[in-house]
Amino acid sequence: MPDNDNDAQAPLIRFAGVQKTYDGESLVVKDLNLTIAEGEFVTLLGPSGSGKTTCLMMLAGFENPTGGDIFLGRQRLNSVPPHKRNFGMVFQNYALFPHMTVEENIRYPLKTRRLPAAEADRKVSEILDMIQLREFARRRPGQLSGGQQQRVALARSLVFEPQLVLMDEPLGALDKQLREQMQLEIKHLHQQLGLTVVFVTHDQGEALTMSDRVAVFNDGVIQQIDTPSNLYEYPANAFVAQFIGENNTLAGRVESVEGERCRARFGEGMSTGAVLGPSLAVGDVTHLSIRPERVKLDGAAHDLPNRLSARVHEFIYLGDHLRVRCALPGNDDFVARVPVDAFDHQLKPGDTVELGWRDEDVRALDAP
Amino acid sequence: MASTTLDGAAAPEQGNLKSRLRRAERLRKVKAVGLVAPLALFLVVVFVVPIGSMLLNSIDNGSLRQVMPQTASSLQQWDGEGLPGEATFAVFADELRDSRRGGGLGSVGRRLNYEDPQYRGLLMRTLMGLPSASDNWRDTLIDIDPAWGETATWQGIQAAAPPRTDRYLLASLDLERGADGEVQRVDQQDRLYQAVFQRTMVIAGGVTLICLALGFPLAYLLATLPARTSNLLMILVLLPFWTSLLVRTAAWIILLQSNGLANQSMMALGLIESPLQLVFNRIGVFFAMVHILLPFMVLPLYSVMKGISPSYQRAAVSLGAHPFAAFWQVYVPQTVSGVAAGTILVFIMALGYYITPALVGGPADQMVSYYVAYYTNTTNNWGMAAALGSILLMVTLLLYLVYHRLVNRRQLIRR
Ligand SMILES: Nc1ncnc2c1ncn2[C@@H]1O[C@H](COP(=O)(O)OP(=O)(O)OP(=O)(O)O)[C@@H](O)[C@H]1O
Ligand SMILES: [Mg+2]
Repeated sequence: MPDNDNDAQAPLIRFAGVQKTYDGESLVVKDLNLTIAEGEFVTLLGPSGSGKTTCLMMLAGFENPTGGDIFLGRQRLNSVPPHKRNFGMVFQNYALFPHMTVEENIRYPLKTRRLPAAEADRKVSEILDMIQLREFARRRPGQLSGGQQQRVALARSLVFEPQLVLMDEPLGALDKQLREQMQLEIKHLHQQLGLTVVFVTHDQGEALTMSDRVAVFNDGVIQQIDTPSNLYEYPANAFVAQFIGENNTLAGRVESVEGERCRARFGEGMSTGAVLGPSLAVGDVTHLSIRPERVKLDGAAHDLPNRLSARVHEFIYLGDHLRVRCALPGNDDFVARVPVDAFDHQLKPGDTVELGWRDEDVRALDAP
Repeated sequence: MASTTLDGAAAPEQGNLKSRLRRAERLRKVKAVGLVAPLALFLVVVFVVPIGSMLLNSIDNGSLRQVMPQTASSLQQWDGEGLPGEATFAVFADELRDSRRGGGLGSVGRRLNYEDPQYRGLLMRTLMGLPSASDNWRDTLIDIDPAWGETATWQGIQAAAPPRTDRYLLASLDLERGADGEVQRVDQQDRLYQAVFQRTMVIAGGVTLICLALGFPLAYLLATLPARTSNLLMILVLLPFWTSLLVRTAAWIILLQSNGLANQSMMALGLIESPLQLVFNRIGVFFAMVHILLPFMVLPLYSVMKGISPSYQRAAVSLGAHPFAAFWQVYVPQTVSGVAAGTILVFIMALGYYITPALVGGPADQMVSYYVAYYTNTTNNWGMAAALGSILLMVTLLLYLVYHRLVNRRQLIRR
């Protein structure tokens, strides 16, 4: 299970105990430690107001850390002004300069770097081809669609070959289909050009699709930083389990511990085996986390070690699968996800079904 | 109409609907017209009519044609050589006698005096000595005053005869028609208005530039500060509007005069030895006018700047631009429409300033409006007043057009 110290590669960026407060009363970012290796695609994911943009702004140099240091390689970044950091940045509203044409926009970072005209021409031309907007070069941003503007913003942040590209919810303004298309395009660019990307989003699907690693923020603290699959399979705490993907939670208490496994009581006198989460001991209050697709129904539940019966509230048909909402003691919004072909179509709301799961599908986590 | 006969039930319903729609639409139109009618009427009464009549006044040749219609028309037929015929002398004598009654003599005298200041006296003398009848009016008049025997005297009256004239407009540009009717510049010592127009432009332009230089940073501050602070500052910007223009102007006189607060504090600080002349000269004019006009620069700038997201500058900086360069290359161009609105507003308002330069300026700081006021209030010369006003209007329109062109070419396509 990989964790967040990438000792093998020297980190490109290192946040060391970074803190930030705007008003001198509450910390918006609390003791942030994060390393980003060269070529990595790291996403900062979290609910609104959790401090993602603040982190990115500190990295870009538009906000100063209240405490701690940010390093670029061995260089301390805190006192480097933003225009000398050589990071590409894509803003949520693109921030394309409305009084310049597409081409002038893309050329701008080359102009500030005083590149010779011929070389600048070549680079602009190359990147225009790459984003396939050559015929729009003379247009102004206002005359482009949202997706095209997005591509121009991307081109402008890449044309000067920055060491690091920062993106703050760059796809937030696009509709679903375009967003998914752009996610892939950015992902491909990242692979093709070997970019290092720090990406901010509050869309977990986006984070899982695109990233090498995801840092889940809540309330100014990184809850977990890991690969997408590890975040999903091995959430470190109840917040992460709840935030990433769909999740059922049962409030309980740890009864006994054997190595990595434990037994926990929940509801009225019920118990289940579970994988023991970090920093839990016998007697601790816990949130038992079960993914809906791991919950089996009736026939499929027969041989499983943990079984209980529940009353069905409703069925929600979703094409390839069904969501079965049941009432359990302690959670009357418990969801099982059943493939359509494995579903017993005789069932009606109000019926009682048997639910079952394996020990290793349950994680006993810290109660937040 | 085949379908309506087929479907008899729907037909009356449909017709009914149409007429109801028409009625509703008509009502809406009447309401709309009714709502704008007062404004339209107001604009016609206070804007179109006065400006139109001012433009007409500037080319109106004055009262000779009303007071002495026959003299005017018979003089218009005269070829301007030698002396007019006996008939002209006769109708002139007749109409001169009659003019005493209607009070027309005064206005004719005033008009003719613009040609030559001798006329009023000449007319008075002639009227005194005018017999009730004569069989040779030419000799009679020449007897009363030999001036009537000179061609120039009659040419002067002839010049006042046509209904329209360009003399006021020409005079407003320091031009006149010479003896041969050619347009020429007036004598060096009589030239005045070109300088006045030039001065008006310089003062208005200077005030506009100072307002821009002071207003731009202020508007920027207002647009970027947190809302609470910027609202407070905005009240301070608008504060001058709460006091009358005269009070503010008087306040500047008190502040800037030789023993005023400004001079005394500078002397107390040891910056100057003796009081500076800060008022009743150009400095005073600039102080007072900039103070009064500054809000008209700040408000349009502010409203444009408020709409510019700070992320543009951040983007420019993130792309490697020094913050100053980012401001200049990315922020300032986006404020062009506000700068345009503010400068044109301030410049045009400044062009028409009268009371402030009259109070805090010296004799060499008076602008066109001062002379307009002078001609209307003091000498009753409506022709000159209207001509100066018209030329100012034309110059303003012309400048506006040029400006509009320039700004439009750089006009931004905003999102
Ligand atoms: N310039 C600022 N001044 C004061 N407080 C700020 C400022 N910027 C952000 N904050 C506060 O800091 C906290 C974190 O904000 P931040 O913008 O980093 O959140 P975020 O995770 O990016 O949220 P979102 O997903 O909504 O963009 C919020 O509570 C916000 O109100
Ligand atoms: Mg944000």
